[in-house]
Amino acid sequence: MQRIGVFVCHCGSNIAATVDVKKVVEVVSKEPGVCHAEDYPYMCSEAGQMKILEAVKEKNLSGVVVCSCSPRMHEATFRKAAERAGLNPYMVEIANIREHCSWIHKDMEEATEKAVILARAAIAKVNLNTPLKAGESRVTKRALVIGGGIAGIQTALDIADAGYEVDIVEKTPSIGGRMSQLDKTFPTLDCSACILTPKMVEAAAHEKINIYTYSEVDKVTGFVGDFTVDIRKKARSVNSDKCTGCGVCQEKCPSKKSLNEFNRGLNTRSAIYTPFAQAIPNVPVIDRDACIKFKTGKCGVCEKVCQAGAIDYNQQDEIITEKYGAIVVATGFDTIKLDNYDEYAYNQSKDVITSLELERIMNAAGPTKGHLERLSDGKAPKEMVFIQCVGSRCSDTRGKSYCSKICCMYTAKHAMLIRDKYPDVNVTVFYIDVRTPGKNFDEFYRRAVEEYGVNYVKGQVGKVAPLPNGKLLVQGSDLLDNKQILKEADMVVLATAIEPEASVRKIATMLTASIDTNNFLTEAHPKLRPVESPTAGVFLSGVCQGPKDIPETVAQAGAAAVKAIGLLAKDKLTTNPCTAKPDELLCNGCSQCANVCPYGAITYENKEVNDHGIRETRRVAQVNSALCQGCGACTVTCPSGAMDLQGFSNRQIIAEVDAICR
Amino acid sequence: MSHRDYSGKIKEISGVNPYKCMKCGKCSATCPSFNEMDIKPHQFVSYVLNGDIEALAESKSLWKCLSCFACVERCPRDVKPGKLIDAARQIVVRERGGDYLSADEIPELLDEELPQQLLVSAFRRYKR
Repeated sequence: MQRIGVFVCHCGSNIAATVDVKKVVEVVSKEPGVCHAEDYPYMCSEAGQMKILEAVKEKNLSGVVVCSCSPRMHEATFRKAAERAGLNPYMVEIANIREHCSWIHKDMEEATEKAVILARAAIAKVNLNTPLKAGESRVTKRALVIGGGIAGIQTALDIADAGYEVDIVEKTPSIGGRMSQLDKTFPTLDCSACILTPKMVEAAAHEKINIYTYSEVDKVTGFVGDFTVDIRKKARSVNSDKCTGCGVCQEKCPSKKSLNEFNRGLNTRSAIYTPFAQAIPNVPVIDRDACIKFKTGKCGVCEKVCQAGAIDYNQQDEIITEKYGAIVVATGFDTIKLDNYDEYAYNQSKDVITSLELERIMNAAGPTKGHLERLSDGKAPKEMVFIQCVGSRCSDTRGKSYCSKICCMYTAKHAMLIRDKYPDVNVTVFYIDVRTPGKNFDEFYRRAVEEYGVNYVKGQVGKVAPLPNGKLLVQGSDLLDNKQILKEADMVVLATAIEPEASVRKIATMLTASIDTNNFLTEAHPKLRPVESPTAGVFLSGVCQGPKDIPETVAQAGAAAVKAIGLLAKDKLTTNPCTAKPDELLCNGCSQCANVCPYGAITYENKEVNDHGIRETRRVAQVNSALCQGCGACTVTCPSGAMDLQGFSNRQIIAEVDAICR
Repeated sequence: MSHRDYSGKIKEISGVNPYKCMKCGKCSATCPSFNEMDIKPHQFVSYVLNGDIEALAESKSLWKCLSCFACVERCPRDVKPGKLIDAARQIVVRERGGDYLSADEIPELLDEELPQQLLVSAFRRYKR
């Protein structure tokens, strides 16, 4: 029998206002094994922890139950306190009487009863607890960054500057990401490429950074400190070592009708292409779906004109397997599809565009060489209408419930730039709210109104209708004047909601990193651990975690890098001792546990066992405790009950259930 | 019935939660009868929220709404002002009592000027 001490926390009034803590102490002190019980206002305080230390010494306790908040908050605190008192830390159990009890109940009598039951379950478990010892695992001193936009580049630079090797995996042919598609950046209006390309060059030239472009992560195994990742380097059809980046192949390529992804499909590109002039690496890829050589076997123009002999039609996808200690996800975003928003006529008129498309139109390297013109007839617009919150803040099924955060500012930027460059163009912005929290943000927006004469109208647009005269009829609300506005516009720009890059779902699944209903990666804690995934060793950088602008992305990228560096700086990690353990005498060698194990931690070997005096060789399960994450899938799968999770054994769990049902 | 009760009744009939409104005005932006109305579609929501049902019941808007449901279709917050208007109208009609429409009466109501939609909508609402 254990000698158990029970400590009931008030958590100020968080628990004590709903749970009669004195009553809990009184009832649980009669439980089997309990030889000490007390309550205290803040168990997590230094004085509270001292209560545990004193009681362990005075009463010679062998186990501790703390009735307090979620073990996610303070399990580690109390385990350390027990360790200081000379107890094995795994002899401590938490009964969560806050999140699971006081916060969700109103009636004191009911809540107190439940608190007692939860405490009783924890006591029953501690009675069966055995001391466990954490093992150690090694840390591979190399980081993987998935995504080569500004978030990924900044994270990689910061990790590399700290002296660790970093690989960037980018699925498109060049690093740069969304930021490389932007023309100017708010609130200072500096040219996006001018501030981004030096970072791209720095990353490419950094001796500690290795960039895999046109590559995707295929498979991830392992765990924190010791991930093994398969990277698929897609066939570029161009030999990167030979190519000089002269660009002749792109000029001569006869297949020029593929939609230019970099320009958001607003113009076309050749089948062999680099996405943009400053691309890194400056090595083109052949789009095999568009290439005449690949489609018909005839052509081969690029091969003929390439002086360097770099074209290689036979190149195959290559799988590179590499080990990493930390993985940073920086997969970024895309704009949502507007198929559900017929009322804005996006699919009906070329002159209704998204803001990201406007960025390309305004950019000197874009489809109109930077001239503001209608895509339908090339004419210069005179009336431009911007519509805010297209698909953002929509709690219906068509859009996204969240605010995309960046649209208010980039619209003010677009409006200002247009009024500056084309003073004869009238700009009207239909808005619901103008949200400008950020340094110099509101001043920026006010400048658009006060100095550049941008007409802001409070009210959403209900309908955009293409007219026979080629213009667009915009029907919107002016809520302040209580009027309905009908306006003929030449161009309409939609502040389209942003959403996480589609590939993030697959990546999150491979990493067992959790994502929310909008496909944003979830943080380990929304306030206190905002750049870490709940999956150990996986960190979050940029918009994959939630909408944010460039300064915020760069700040988070640095934070994610620091977290990754903190991990890589360690030589060893203590492992979770709560791993699976097979009973070799019960194991029948069926392999079912190995089949369900998500971490590949279970193997089988032929082993001599002594079953009640009979010596024989049997095929039995073996668990690699360095790989095992203690998920318990094997324990519930094992048909003979041979697999047990240390710290959560079948006996312990049944004892908890029995205590609850008593 | 007090005004508060009417407010609850409207929410019950319409099945709409007016608190979800973020006051974007897309309903009024989309309404084909906007200029005919004294209380505009986006104001319907606040009238219901404020319990000012009398003004609603006496408004011209109640009878100018075509029940085209463009506002219902396009509302980004699922507030569906058209359904609120519909519910307010039903309460008024029920109070008056007896004013039901039978299929036989429809031919004589036909009018070139009248949108067909209105008849269909009226029949849906006032049939026994």
